[in-house]
Amino acid sequence: MPINYYIFLAVTLFCIGVAGVLTRRNAIIIFMCVELMLNAVNLLLVAFSKMQFHALGKVNPQAGIDAQLFVFFIMVVAAAEVSVGLAIIVMMYRNTHSIDVNFLNRLKH
Amino acid sequence: MGITQVLFWFLSIMAILSAILVVISKNPVHSVLWLIVVFVAISGHYILLDAQFLAIVNLIVYAGAIMVLFLFVFMLMNLNMETEPQKNRWLKIAGVIAGGSLLLVLVAALKRADLKMQIAEMGSGDIGLIHNLGLSLFHDYVIPFEVSSVLFLSAMVGVVVIGKKE
Repeated sequence: MPINYYIFLAVTLFCIGVAGVLTRRNAIIIFMCVELMLNAVNLLLVAFSKMQFHALGKVNPQAGIDAQLFVFFIMVVAAAEVSVGLAIIVMMYRNTHSIDVNFLNRLKH
Repeated sequence: MGITQVLFWFLSIMAILSAILVVISKNPVHSVLWLIVVFVAISGHYILLDAQFLAIVNLIVYAGAIMVLFLFVFMLMNLNMETEPQKNRWLKIAGVIAGGSLLLVLVAALKRADLKMQIAEMGSGDIGLIHNLGLSLFHDYVIPFEVSSVLFLSAMVGVVVIGKKE
C-alpha cells in the first residue's frame, strides 16, 4: 500500500476526533475523542515503521522497530492518562452532579 | 485488486464510519461501543501491516481494558440523555467547520508531497513479532521501560488521591 493512503486515513480520523472535541459537551465523549486522535497517530507511526522497513530492510533487518516501540510506549502513557482523567471526571461528577464541560468554567475564578 | 487491498479499504471505511458515529450518536453508551469498533478496525490495520504484537496489545488494552473502564464510569453515573443539554447549534456548526478546515489544510498540504516511491510494506518482515520487539525493548529501551513503570505507580497514587472522599 502506498503511504499516502495511510496518511490520509490517519488525518481523517484525527480530524473527526478534533471535530468531536469541539462539538460535544459530555466530558467523557470528549475524552474518547482524544483517544481516537491518539489511535490515529499510532496507526500512522506503524505505517511509517513499515515504510522505513521497506526502504532499509535489505540493509538492516531491524529497521523500523523503534517506531513500533514508540507506539507501545504511547499506549502505556495513554493507559495512565485514561485512569487519571476518568478519576478527575468522577470527582467532578461527585461535586457538580453533571459531566457537562460548560460547568467547568468555575475554574476561572 | 488483491485481498490485501480489499481488506485495507474495508477496514478504512469501517474505521471512518464508526469514528463519525462515535461523534454523532446521542447515547453515550453507543459512542463507547462504536469506539470499540474503531479500535478493532485499527487492530486489523496493524495485522495487515504485520505488527501482530501491537494488534493484540491494542485489542487487549484499548478495546478491552480502557473501553470497559469508560463503560464502567458511564454505568456508575447513571446518565440519561434528557438531562444532557445540547450545545448551541451554531457552536456545533463552528466545531464541524473547524475540524473540516483542519482536514482540508492537512490534505492540501500533504497531497503534493512526493511520496510515490514510499510504500508501507505488507506481508513480509518480522519486526512486529514479539521476539524482535522484546529483544529491542529490553536491550535498547530498558530505561524508558522502567520510567514507565514509575509513571504507572504515580498514576495509581494520583487516582487514589483524587478519588478519595475528603
